[in-house]
Amino acid sequence: MARWGMAIDLDRCTGCGNCMAACHQENNLTAVGPEETDQSRAFHWIRLLREVSGSEAHAAVRYKPALCVQCDDPPCVKVCPVHATYLSEEGIVGQIYSRCIGCRYCMAACPYNAKVFNWYEPEWPGELKRKANPDVSFRSHGVVEKCTFCHHRVNHAREQARAEDRELRDGEVVPACAESCPARAIVLGNLDDPESTVSTLARSPRAFRPHEDLGTRPKVFYLEEQE
Amino acid sequence: MSSERAKVRPSTSHDLSEQDIDALLRSVEQPGSAFRVVTTLLILIILGCWVLFSRQILRGLGVTGLNQPVGWGFYIVNFVFFIGISHAGTLISAILRLSNAEWRRPITRMAEVITVVVLAIGAFHPVLDLGRPDRMLNIFTAGRLQSPLLWDVSSISAYFMASTVYLYMPMIPDIALLRDRGARPRWLYSFLAWNWQNTPRQREVLERAVNIMMILVIPIAVSVHTVISYIFAMTLQPGWHSTIFGPYFVVGAIFSGIAALMVLMIVLRRVFHLERYLKEIHFSHLSKLLLVMSLLWFYFTFSEYLTAFFGNEPAEMRVFFYKFTGPYATLFWGMVVCNFLIPVVLLSFRRTRTIPGIMVASIAIVIGMWLERLNIVVPSLANPRLAYPSGFYVPSLVEWAMFVGGLATFALGFVLFARLFPLISVWELREGQEIAVAETAERVESYLPDPVPKGETA
Repeated sequence: MARWGMAIDLDRCTGCGNCMAACHQENNLTAVGPEETDQSRAFHWIRLLREVSGSEAHAAVRYKPALCVQCDDPPCVKVCPVHATYLSEEGIVGQIYSRCIGCRYCMAACPYNAKVFNWYEPEWPGELKRKANPDVSFRSHGVVEKCTFCHHRVNHAREQARAEDRELRDGEVVPACAESCPARAIVLGNLDDPESTVSTLARSPRAFRPHEDLGTRPKVFYLEEQE
Repeated sequence: MSSERAKVRPSTSHDLSEQDIDALLRSVEQPGSAFRVVTTLLILIILGCWVLFSRQILRGLGVTGLNQPVGWGFYIVNFVFFIGISHAGTLISAILRLSNAEWRRPITRMAEVITVVVLAIGAFHPVLDLGRPDRMLNIFTAGRLQSPLLWDVSSISAYFMASTVYLYMPMIPDIALLRDRGARPRWLYSFLAWNWQNTPRQREVLERAVNIMMILVIPIAVSVHTVISYIFAMTLQPGWHSTIFGPYFVVGAIFSGIAALMVLMIVLRRVFHLERYLKEIHFSHLSKLLLVMSLLWFYFTFSEYLTAFFGNEPAEMRVFFYKFTGPYATLFWGMVVCNFLIPVVLLSFRRTRTIPGIMVASIAIVIGMWLERLNIVVPSLANPRLAYPSGFYVPSLVEWAMFVGGLATFALGFVLFARLFPLISVWELREGQEIAVAETAERVESYLPDPVPKGETA
C-alpha cells in the first residue's frame, strides 16, 4: 500500500501555467469564463500563487503551484457533515461528488484554500465536452471538488502492475500537472518507500511543507534554496 | 364546551376586570381590517422574495455574491443573527421565571413567541445556503456526528422542540379562556385547550411541567449558540479559531435578543394599546439588563481583539487590519458605535432611559449585532493564510431579497400569532394579581431576621 506524496521544486518552477491547463483537460474541469473569474470564482485544482518578497527596490517574485496538499490530518474531513470528503487508505483526500450537499464548510475550514465550488452547472464550451476524459466523472452544480493527485491515473498504474504481476515502480504514476511541466518540477511518488524520488526530495534540506505549524501533516513538499 | 369553570378563589379587588380581559384579547376577538391589510402586504413581500429566490433554485448558487475564498455570506450571517435573536425569548423568560421576578408576567409570552418564530426562520437559512438542497436529507442518512454542523442540527432541533413546548404550555389556560368565550375557529381552540378546566390538579400538573421545561430550556439555549460559534471556532482560520467564541456568541445572542424583544414590545404596546400592562417599569428593568449585556459584549470584544493584536501573528493581523482600517472599517466601527456607544450613553442616564431612548438603543443594537455577525463571518474568509489576494464579497439581489424575506416572515409570524392568541399571558397576570402580592410579601418576610425566640431578652 503506497502513501502518495508530491514534491514541487520551486527553484525549477517558471510559473508558466502549463500544469493548470493540463489539469483542466485531464480532470474535466468546467470552464467558468472571464465574468466568473472576475467575480473571484476562478476554477482550478492547481493554481499559481504569486509571492513577492524583499523590498520594493529588490522585489523578488516567485510562483508557487498550489493544490490540495492531501493532509494526513485533514481539517476538511473533520468538518464534513455527510462524509462527502474522506481520507483514503493511500493518503489521498477523496471527494464523493454524489453525496456532497454543498454546504462549503470544508472550503471554509481548509487553510490551503484548495477547494473549488461549482456555482453553476458546469459547462464545456465547443469541442471541450467531446474531448472530455472518460476516466473522470462530470460533476454537477452545487458540489465541492479539488485535486485528487490524478487518482484515476494511480488506479490505472496499479491495474497495469497487477496485470503484469509486479509491484508499482517509482515514477510510474505521473499526474497531469507533472507530465505537462516543462521544467519537471513536480514529482509524485510513494512516501512510504524510503528509496522513492519523492522521499529523497522530502528529506532534502531544501524541503518544507506549507503551514507545517498547523499540524495538518500535508503530503506536498516544496523545495527551495533556503537563505 | 361548558363554560362552567370552577373558580378557585373568590375574586379580590385586584382581580382582572372584564375590561382588562377584553383589552388583552382584543387582537384575537376584534382583529379589524388592519390585520388583513398587513397580512396581505407581508405575504406579497414574502412571495416576491421567493420569486427572486427561484433564480437560485433554477441556476444554482452562482446568482449570489459568494465566491472563493468568501464561500459564506449573507445566508450564514443571517442564520447566526436570527438564531441569536431567538435567544431572547426562552432564555429570558426562563431566567425570569426561575428567579421569581414578578415583573416578568406581561413579558414572557412575547419573548417566547420571538424564539419560536425566529428560530424557525434562522434554522431554514443553512438550507438556503446549500449548493444541493435536494440532498439535504443526507445529513440523516450519511451524517457524521463529528462535524460541528451536525451538533448544530441536533441542538437547534432540541431547542426548537423545547421552546415550542415551553411557549405552548403556559398558553393552555389562555386558550381555554378563548374557548370559553367562544372565539373562532372553535375547533382550534377546543383542540388546543386540551380540556383545560382549571381544576387544582390540572394547575398543579401545569405548574410542574412549566417548571421542568424552564430548567431544561436554559442549558439547551446556551448550547445552541455555543455550538453555532463552534462551527467557526473548530476551524483553524485566523479570527475564528478562538476559545472565547462560545461565551462570546451566547452573550451576543442574548444581547441582540433582548434588544429585539424591546423593539417588539414597544411596537406592540403602541399597536394594541397595551400601555396599562407593559409599563415604564418593565422597560426600565429590561433596559438595565440590556446595559449590562452591552458592557459584557464590549468586554468580550475588547479581549478578543486585544489578544489578536498583541500576539501579532501575521495571519491574524491581516484579518485584524481588514476590520480595523481596511475594507470593513466602516462596518466594524459602526458595530462598535451601535453595540456599545449608543446603548451605553442612552441607557446609563435616567433622562434618556425613556421609551423613545430605549427604542433608539434597541434598534441600534439589533443593527450592531447584525454587523457583528457580518464582521465575524466575512473578514476571516476573505483573508486566507496563503499568499492570496484578499477576497471581496458583495451580496447580490437574491441575498438581499432573502434577508428582507426573513424579516417579513418574522413580522408575519408575529401578526398571525397576535391574531390567534393573546400576546400577554392573561392567566399569569391574573395569578399575579390574586396571589403574587401576598406571596411576595411572605417571601420578603422570610429574608428578614428571625424574631427573637421566647425566653431570651433582646
